Amino acid sequence: MSTTPSPVPSTREAVIIGGNRIPFSRAGKKYVRTSNQDMFTAALEGLVARFGLQGERLGEVAGGAVLKHSKNFNLIRESVLGSSLAPTTPAYDVQQACATGLEAAIAVTNKIKLGQIESAIAGGTDTVSDAPIVVSDRLRAALLDANHAKTTGGKLKALAAIRPKDLAPVSPSTGEPRTHLSMGEHQAITTAKWGITREDQDEVAYNSHQNLARAWESGFFDDLVTPYKGLTRDDNMRPDTSLEKLAKLKPVFGAKLGEQATMTAGNSTPLTDGASAVLFSSRAWAEERDLPILAKFVDAETAAVDFVHGHEGLLMAPAAAVPRLLARNDLRLEDIDFFEIHEAFASTVLTTLAAWEDEEYCRTELGLDGALGKIDRSKLNVNGSSLAAGHPFAATGGRIIATAAKLVAAKAAETGQPARALISVCAAGGLGAVAIVESV
Amino acid sequence: MADNYTRFVNGGLGKKLSKQLGLPRPAILRRYVPDAPLTVGPVLVVSDDASAADADALAKALMTWDVDVRRTPEDAGDARWGGVVLVGTAAETPEAVSEAVLALGGTLRRLAGNGRVVVVSRAAEAGDSPTLAATRAGFEGFTRSVGKELRDGATANGVQLTGGAAVDSASALGTLRFFLSAKSAYVDGQVLPVGPSEAPSDVDWERPLAGKVAVVTGAARGIGAAIARTLARDGAKVVVVDVPAAGESLAAVANEVKGTAVQLDVTAADAGTKILEAARHLGGLDILVHNAGILRDKLLANMKPAQWDAVIAVNLASQLRINEQLLAAGVEGLRIVSLASTSGIAGGKGQTNYAYSKSGVIGHTAATAPLVAELGGTANAVAPGFIETEMTRSIPFGTREVGRRVLPSLQQGGLPLDVAEAIAFLSSPAADGVNGQVLRVCGQSMLGK
Repeated sequence: MSTTPSPVPSTREAVIIGGNRIPFSRAGKKYVRTSNQDMFTAALEGLVARFGLQGERLGEVAGGAVLKHSKNFNLIRESVLGSSLAPTTPAYDVQQACATGLEAAIAVTNKIKLGQIESAIAGGTDTVSDAPIVVSDRLRAALLDANHAKTTGGKLKALAAIRPKDLAPVSPSTGEPRTHLSMGEHQAITTAKWGITREDQDEVAYNSHQNLARAWESGFFDDLVTPYKGLTRDDNMRPDTSLEKLAKLKPVFGAKLGEQATMTAGNSTPLTDGASAVLFSSRAWAEERDLPILAKFVDAETAAVDFVHGHEGLLMAPAAAVPRLLARNDLRLEDIDFFEIHEAFASTVLTTLAAWEDEEYCRTELGLDGALGKIDRSKLNVNGSSLAAGHPFAATGGRIIATAAKLVAAKAAETGQPARALISVCAAGGLGAVAIVESV
Repeated sequence: MADNYTRFVNGGLGKKLSKQLGLPRPAILRRYVPDAPLTVGPVLVVSDDASAADADALAKALMTWDVDVRRTPEDAGDARWGGVVLVGTAAETPEAVSEAVLALGGTLRRLAGNGRVVVVSRAAEAGDSPTLAATRAGFEGFTRSVGKELRDGATANGVQLTGGAAVDSASALGTLRFFLSAKSAYVDGQVLPVGPSEAPSDVDWERPLAGKVAVVTGAARGIGAAIARTLARDGAKVVVVDVPAAGESLAAVANEVKGTAVQLDVTAADAGTKILEAARHLGGLDILVHNAGILRDKLLANMKPAQWDAVIAVNLASQLRINEQLLAAGVEGLRIVSLASTSGIAGGKGQTNYAYSKSGVIGHTAATAPLVAELGGTANAVAPGFIETEMTRSIPFGTREVGRRVLPSLQQGGLPLDVAEAIAFLSSPAADGVNGQVLRVCGQSMLGK
């Protein structure tokens, strides 16, 4: 099943100039009744202000939302029209579950590399607090029938088919359509399969909060985040949490597993509202405007796994995508300075790392000669990740790219050596997207 | 926007009522709008005999600004004077100025609302004979006194030439123009020393800051936001700076003025370097406005260390550190304008920390001036009086009304725009002869010296 990767074709570079996001907020708190469009527009406005892009016509803006109302069919374009960018900036919506933001970045950087555009913004937004409410299929069918009926009698007949129970709204769910299992329940199975301990998961969560809090305190986010609606920092962050406090929480996923149930509200990401945006361009475009270049967006890979039939865990696609991406770029895990692995759950990070360390898994499932290897944990999510910051689905990619770009830029400036970050984002549907960001 | 009381006494009923009751009747001040005439009517230029040549030179310059210039009071006809310029630059004895000042006095009843009196004189300097020094120094008190006599939004200010500055140098003319214009609406009773200028005299008066890069700290709201807007209006590319927590309104200001937002605490050790870096991306730093400031009012007897220290750190120490870093970097032609305060001159009760910091600003401005001058720059301060902002809206009613009505000759608070106009003027190329000065924007408040 292994094929020799083709070398990366030589194209021009796509560089990362900088990013902006609004502080992420737990669902139902600061951004109640704030729409996806409001939040993404705010993220764009902060980015425009940071780099003086008022009235600028960019090549394009791409992004999306996972929980999106049908009225927002042109969510990103509408956000651009509400921003200070030139109204002649094209835009389109992308949707790939939690990988939406990263997939949008892959799309626009490819266009930059091919010379189709010079500049772009990629990002995403999600709100659980303002999620669309769906009516039941029976109610929807009755309303559509009534709408199609030509006579009053026909309309009444169609509406008469509605039963009281049809009126209950269908609450938004992140359940998998094919398995009817929630993402947490899926991951609970994977966690148990890999024997990931509760202690390890709690430690990942604890580190995430500590690292994010330290980054905030050190001013790392001063040029990555613009306050919004009175919120100045991510409000899910718990700098005062401890391993003891985390250990006291009851498992919320995998109840059927009994003693093997290890996933708690503390080591799983909460539902979150937020938006992020990242500015990319060709090197020439950035240099013409004397804009700072943080890093280059080197290459990316997406993967998918067969989770429907239980062969593989729902969130394990990045485990397969990373070796393919590294091979194509002639890199090994040791060549990476920062691992930005999205913490959908603490155990997602840990099962991915366990898979790479497992010789048999790597041989049979990934088609490698042996284990991909073990990473240095001190390089993992050094400035926190989704467990602490929260995870507004489509906004996570932008958060990670901007953080990674700033990390490699600082490291390269400090050491005088090139620095690389590996970004990995798992997504519903057994999807995963990964990318390499490198200092310039 | 004038305050409610000012609007009331300028309306039908309010006008009548306030007249009968003898209440203060503040005027609606005229503010700058592009392409409007410089003054509200013709401008009279009068002088003593010895200063006639200087008066001629100024009259000539005024004519190039499309001002209707007259040389004798009788020239007015029925018109009310938009401005009267008294030139006493070459007067040598107190007796010699009498005719000119009395001529000025004769015009004051015919000075239009929002009219301007500008006294152009020379500063008394070391080596002057006692008589000459007296002649020159006399104009200072005279100007302030005239200011108090004027009504209906009219002001009196002085251009005081120093170091042999030519009366028609760019700086002398620029200062004269500022005082004659609506940009100095809330500047009253001020005598500004103006030294020799090397600026070219062909100034674009509508966009004097075209091509310049300006950094404004504390720009997310209030006076700082007004400064950013005004500098942008005058043509500058503006970098707005404020603490990260104020980022949302900061971004809105940046996008409004087509500038760049930098979320930065000015007390950070590397703030100066970061400011330079942000300006470098736009072509290099030309203008820095130290506007960031905080209040932590408390009687000294009850003052906690944190309240004292925070005010000193933000209002004063940050400016010192940033200036040091800019000087060390050798930034050429830099215009620094720092926000002082009339409280820094007079010392408001319960404001010992604030008064120390703002008085300190005045001190470092004088000391910084010769240092930046070596690199072709200037350092000046602007001291606002009672300005209508969110901050002053929180002042208790009684104190606020005293600050607004009783203390200033103009009987009202100023607007953030008024402070911004003074800063834009001091930042402009034509103001290169003004260095180490404190310009009050206080409506001639009686506070302080």
